[in-house]
Amino acid sequence: MSNENLELKKRQILSSQVDLSKFNSKNFEKATDEEKAQQEVMGESTTFFKDGMRRLKKNPLAMGSIVVLALIIAIIIIAPIFVPYSYSDMITVNGVRDKSASNLGMFEYSNAEMKYMESTGESLFPHIFGTDSLGRDYFIRVIYGTRVSLSVGIVAAIMVLIIGLIYGSVSGYFGGKVDMIMMRIVDIIYSLPDMLIIILLSVVLKEVLASKIKGTALAALGPNMISMFFVFGLLYWVTMARLIRGQILTIKNSEYVLAARCIGTKDGRILRRHILPNCLSVIIITTALQVPSAIFTESYLSFLGLGVSAPLTSLGSLANDARGAMQSYPSRLVIPAVIICLIVLALNLLGDGLRDAFDSKLN
Amino acid sequence: MSEKETKNLLEVSHLKQYFPVSQGLHKVPLKAVDDISFAIRPGETLGLVGESGCGKTTVGRTLLRLYEPTAGKITFDGEVLFDSGEQYDENDKLIVDATGRPIYGKKVNKDMLPYRKEMQMVFQDPYSSLNPRMTVEDIIGEPLDVHKLYSSKAERRDKILSLMELVGLNAEHAMRYAHEFSGGQRQRIGIARALAVDPKFIVCDEAVSALDVSIQAQVVNMFEELQEKLGVAYLFIAHDLLVVHHISDRIAVMYLGRMMEIADADELNNNPMHPYTLSLLSAVPIPDPETARKSSRIVLEGDVPSPLHMPSGCPFRTRCKYATEQCAMEMPQLKDRGNGHFVACHNK
Repeated sequence: MSNENLELKKRQILSSQVDLSKFNSKNFEKATDEEKAQQEVMGESTTFFKDGMRRLKKNPLAMGSIVVLALIIAIIIIAPIFVPYSYSDMITVNGVRDKSASNLGMFEYSNAEMKYMESTGESLFPHIFGTDSLGRDYFIRVIYGTRVSLSVGIVAAIMVLIIGLIYGSVSGYFGGKVDMIMMRIVDIIYSLPDMLIIILLSVVLKEVLASKIKGTALAALGPNMISMFFVFGLLYWVTMARLIRGQILTIKNSEYVLAARCIGTKDGRILRRHILPNCLSVIIITTALQVPSAIFTESYLSFLGLGVSAPLTSLGSLANDARGAMQSYPSRLVIPAVIICLIVLALNLLGDGLRDAFDSKLN
Repeated sequence: MSEKETKNLLEVSHLKQYFPVSQGLHKVPLKAVDDISFAIRPGETLGLVGESGCGKTTVGRTLLRLYEPTAGKITFDGEVLFDSGEQYDENDKLIVDATGRPIYGKKVNKDMLPYRKEMQMVFQDPYSSLNPRMTVEDIIGEPLDVHKLYSSKAERRDKILSLMELVGLNAEHAMRYAHEFSGGQRQRIGIARALAVDPKFIVCDEAVSALDVSIQAQVVNMFEELQEKLGVAYLFIAHDLLVVHHISDRIAVMYLGRMMEIADADELNNNPMHPYTLSLLSAVPIPDPETARKSSRIVLEGDVPSPLHMPSGCPFRTRCKYATEQCAMEMPQLKDRGNGHFVACHNK
């Protein structure tokens, strides 16, 4: 072999070069096809969503928030199955109203219940958070209150998202006169005093709706809840629409949108594939923040007597009811307040985590 | 056969692109491109040079109808894509009626979608021309999706991988995002996207200007190789005369939205006729200091006039040392000086 005889340059003392004189051609062999194939490592093709979720999973705060929210949701779904008390009725012992059961502390039983348990030997389900001044189980009331507050928040956020997204995208993408007119409408809605409109609309809608929904599935929700959704749908989308329009205005003039138009991509696809994914971070954070803001508005309205109607309750009205007896029974105020805090904090942290995960520019 | 070879792939005549600019209460047209005519043969590269803001990019974008042309006629592969209807006689004079209004012929405004497959563009800035939220696979695959050029997912993937190989990207880059690449690699992604539809004509809008010199050479060579392999024609827009001379068969020189000179690359280099071209060529840096010392540089005086207030007649007259009264009176038309060399100047 000629290679073996080939004299290699002597290695210099200070050189970091490998001393080739120690090797000959036998030390080197060609890579097999299999080995070559191993070099071409290729990851699985992932979608934008999968990739974002992968990053989200690495964020402990966001994952913690998801766990907290999932726990809360699981409890409010499952608990009413196990707890034998009703959120609307006074506790009954053996079919008789238990008048001694009001204002119980946590895990306390009333006199009537104790007597009943002694006489029959049967153990009654404990009042985990005690009872309220009307003798209703507070735990189940908190569960139902959380149900109402969360669903108001989520439904309102979804409504705001859908309306704001469509309105903002159309206005921003088509621009010109369309944008002019659409944004002036937004300005008008924006300039109206929120609370006044909410109160007026709630009052009017309540009258109109009450007769219409009688006997339908919607009746369970009550006219107040439905008018509240109306109000959110009518008023609260303007901020979302403005934010999205602003984002779209900057993105639609970018070169990659021009490139997409050059390819022949249609308007709808440009909006879906190029523009909206690039304002996703704004959409996500605004939607996540819309939920707690809707929860606050709902409790405000409940306080004014325009929110959910008794005996149905929400976290806001529970806290409001507890105000009077704040010094004697602080736990009744603390419990709904803590749950509101948990939900709001978890949603905010989750929103932050989602933004970090889906904004590829930050990575 | 010979007739077909000489047939132009793209013909542009009297193309105008004005943008309305509001000045106070009334709107003034900004004449970004004013009455430009040229043609590109199949498989040919036409270089388009001129200083910043002279309308080179606008020409490229208007050709692809990314902007709606104000007036003119664009013919691609024998099909009229756009015609605003003005008619011109044999001497290239606008045909007007008694009141001085142009007599309109047939107006054409074709749907561009089928032609997007034939004409493509590579953008100037490789950083902003790729969607930061899409993987390379999706960026290159989008033209395939839009024009439905595959029958199965596997075929789509194969096509994307072969395109990536064609422009010198590794297959494992397919699922990465654009921001993970260097400028040169990004430009390759942009080129692969343009090539995905197998176009006959590509506008390279300053496609190498944003890259550093060594990468420029790679990309320019790649453009040449692709032309040999695929037979595409280029409109190569740049301000670097050396690069343009290297890649182009013919070169066109623009100034303030007007075509000044158009000739074969070597002819233009050896025998520049327009005073503006002369000054451009003299500004090209010469790598040899000996020669550089001997050569004299023509330094233009004054600034480029605002396109909102164009000088009368020849737009270059305010900075031209040969300017005469005639230059202020009328705009010189492109005239054939033999050898396929067209110049728009009264004095040369």
